Amino acid sequence: MKVELTVNGQPRSAQVEDNTLLADLLREQFGLTGTHVGCDTSQCGCCTVMVDGQSVKSCTMLAAQAQGTKVVTVEGLSPNATEFEQLHPVQQAFAACHGLQCGFCTPGMIMATVGLLQRHPNPTDEQIREGLEGNLCRCTGYVNIIEAVKVAAKAQEAGR
Amino acid sequence: MYPFTYHRATGVADALARIAQDSGAKLLSGGMTLLPSMKHRLASPSQLIDIAQLPELRGITRDGATLTVGAAMRHAEVAGDATVQAAIPSLAAAAGQIGDPQVRARGTIGGSIANNDPAADYPAAVVALKAVIITDRREIAAQDFFLGMFTTALEEGEIVTAVRFAAPKRAHYAKFRHPASGYAMTGVYVAEFEAGGARDVRVAVTGAAPSVFRWEQAEAALGKRFSVESLAGLKVSEDGLNADLHAPASYRANLARVMTLRAVAQLTGEQA
Repeated sequence: MKVELTVNGQPRSAQVEDNTLLADLLREQFGLTGTHVGCDTSQCGCCTVMVDGQSVKSCTMLAAQAQGTKVVTVEGLSPNATEFEQLHPVQQAFAACHGLQCGFCTPGMIMATVGLLQRHPNPTDEQIREGLEGNLCRCTGYVNIIEAVKVAAKAQEAGR
Repeated sequence: MYPFTYHRATGVADALARIAQDSGAKLLSGGMTLLPSMKHRLASPSQLIDIAQLPELRGITRDGATLTVGAAMRHAEVAGDATVQAAIPSLAAAAGQIGDPQVRARGTIGGSIANNDPAADYPAAVVALKAVIITDRREIAAQDFFLGMFTTALEEGEIVTAVRFAAPKRAHYAKFRHPASGYAMTGVYVAEFEAGGARDVRVAVTGAAPSVFRWEQAEAALGKRFSVESLAGLKVSEDGLNADLHAPASYRANLARVMTLRAVAQLTGEQA
């Protein structure tokens, strides 16, 4: 079947199987490998992308269900950045706070944080924990991730 | 995943016609349980009929003391809806405790109750809030809807179109989350209704048994006097409760009592 959707602002279309997952469409057909597949069973959140403005797990959504939607992947946050300062505030914060060790969960953490800061521009600690509940990091213990969310929130507030 | 065909329904009538023609077909709403189940080969439908976008299944309306939520309304939508928050704030709060943010962005109320997971949150809300499940062909009272583990009164191919809740005087959902999965180890929804000066209390327990159940002893006691003191000495029987690697039945029986106490205390301002 043919799927048409907007990916990172660009209209895209692709021939997919009925059982193709959105994560696989993004990675294998569109080459957007920033979206990671960790558990493939909607536990880990590494595959988080924005669909119509909300963070969702792209391993638990069919490409067919994404027909007509607007998808933003981690590549779409700052597509033209060549300097650190041009990265999305959430990307900058994760780097500046070292909110990662191996980095595998980071794209999902970043996309979940983008969604979290839309709902709670100045999140409390509890809102941050609740907002990242669907994302697992097996390295860090989350301390620097939570710090990164706070720094990103401040940067976004300053930028408004 | 193994192969299946996907069809985006154009309306409820189209979905009904499709499912009548294919006994292996399943309805797809948010897919938050169905798609992982298919990956685990716990379900193997020949066809998925996507009903999540249908306008007939969308929307939230308030009419006096009732609140009707379309079956395809997503958990995040119910949690964030001003009408729900005004009519039944505990329902918005309960919807906001389901799964995680990504799951709430996709999962729907109709999908949740049709699935009837033993540890799902919505069944407790539906039973406690005296809801009526509206389908393409009839209306089913909540207490007649949930029959057992993953089992409901729905017929083959029957589609939930909306859920109509009764707005209580006050209500609270107290959930003891499993720390990893977020599912209710046990969750208790306590709702107090008042009609013509008479008090009517519902206590619905999810996560403890194969399906949601009412703790009628507590309902009667709270009906006489709505206070944590009314629950003194009352115990939930562990007979028939779930026992698994997370907790034995006796633990869940105690949780049901403790969560009931906490829900009541939250509403009365007492100490649990």
